[in-house]
Amino acid sequence: MALFEVSGFKPYSEVRAQILPFGQTRLVDRPNHYTFNTKTQEFAVPLGEDPSGFLKSCNHDGGVCIDLNHGTTTLAFKFRHGVIVAVDSRASAGNYLASKDANKVIEINSYLLGTMSGSAADCQHWERLLAKECRLYRLRNGHRISVAAASKLLSNMMLGYRGMGLSMGSMICGWDKQGPGLYYVDDNGTRFSGHMFSTGCGNSYAYGVVDSGYREDMTVEEAYELGRRGIVHATHRDAYSGGVVNMYHMREDGWIKVCKDDVSELIHRYKEGMF
Amino acid sequence: MLSAQGFGGPGKMKEYHYAGAVENRFSPYAFNGGTVLAVAGEDFAIVASDTRLSEGYSIHSRDSPKCYKLTDTTVIGCSGFHGDCLTLTKIIDARLKMYKHSNNKTMTSGAIAAMLSTILYSRRFFPYYVYNIIGGLDEEGKGAVYSFDPVGSYQRDTYKAGGSASAMLQPLLDNQSDSCQNAASQIGFKNMEGVQHLPLTQEKAVQLVKDVFISAAERDVYTGDALRVCVITKDGINEQTIPLRKD
Repeated sequence: MALFEVSGFKPYSEVRAQILPFGQTRLVDRPNHYTFNTKTQEFAVPLGEDPSGFLKSCNHDGGVCIDLNHGTTTLAFKFRHGVIVAVDSRASAGNYLASKDANKVIEINSYLLGTMSGSAADCQHWERLLAKECRLYRLRNGHRISVAAASKLLSNMMLGYRGMGLSMGSMICGWDKQGPGLYYVDDNGTRFSGHMFSTGCGNSYAYGVVDSGYREDMTVEEAYELGRRGIVHATHRDAYSGGVVNMYHMREDGWIKVCKDDVSELIHRYKEGMF
Repeated sequence: MLSAQGFGGPGKMKEYHYAGAVENRFSPYAFNGGTVLAVAGEDFAIVASDTRLSEGYSIHSRDSPKCYKLTDTTVIGCSGFHGDCLTLTKIIDARLKMYKHSNNKTMTSGAIAAMLSTILYSRRFFPYYVYNIIGGLDEEGKGAVYSFDPVGSYQRDTYKAGGSASAMLQPLLDNQSDSCQNAASQIGFKNMEGVQHLPLTQEKAVQLVKDVFISAAERDVYTGDALRVCVITKDGINEQTIPLRKD
């Protein structure tokens, strides 16, 4: 069609092929039966179907019910003494709680952390791939990757699969030559730098709590308490968040794990002080 | 003379049938039922499954266990759509052989779990409809259980139930193991870091698994017929079959 060629319109699949950073990922209808995904990464796609709506359309057909693990509240903020990262630990699959002690922070290296919210499989897979790319960068270039570059790698991976129904909201936190770094990356390819973010279905509750207590010159103990309160109040009001608060503190010499506290005990302690 | 209004075609009463468009879909999935359970002990692991294969209101087979032996120290339980279970176990077996031939060693349980996560994620947009649980011994000889969702999200657990009766079994296990933990904490044992193990002996753990499946067979239509229990210890894999309700 002449107009099609003259207008320079490229179908999204061609643009996708140029953006994909690792060049070799392909979409096929079934995986190769000789190499089984060991040589090049392949994704199987249902032919003739819109991938993002496909699973929903299969549900309720003869008892089929495919529910994937998701749901969360995570938060992170920068302050004078580094970055605080706090997450909950609930993974729900539909109405069933698949796990009450899921691990939603991936330790990429001793100076980089990634949080996970949205679909558990998407987050685990892409952040593990990001950890691999960060390690390769370190080996090839002799110095650690910056937080800005690591978050850019992740957001380009997300852009490559835009529109296919991935669900991931992640914060990349680290300490590099520019000081403490905090970036928000999501499945649309959005990438923001900032001093405070919260993601997941409980994020609005966490924002309310952290916004009201945040000061740039907090002490370390005050910052720990603020991160804890943010998650605890979000789990109290959001049905899809709960479990324990996992908290990390990113400092100049690397991250440390601060605590792993059960939210139902903490909420009683906080309510005591209220009335 | 036939009235044109009364007849809409051969044998069709025009007033009483739906005249709009109807969509008939082919579904690539089916639900074949079944429940799987895995428990990690101090130096053993148990993987158990029922043996009923159903579809809709029919039972296709009463002797179709859902535990598959992968290596001498690892067993996988797969429930959901039987076609995908079969293909998935074939692919895992092929990848295990490839690893053995390239690296001259057997894959460890943790490595199998990580590999299964990537195999499942390669079908992120057209998933295998299988709920997997891997049970085995880790490199230190301690029991390990890894549970998965259909697209590859996984984590290490102490115990996990999957499949049609999972929502009934999991709370029962939480209750039984928590009361064990409370009893143990009275002796001063508190385990905050690292992976916990059920402080049960192997005999008590096997008895717990049997009791729990008997309860599941009472209340879930897709679970029953027989129970296949695989106990994994450093001496190998021991299988037993126990009858359950057949109705």
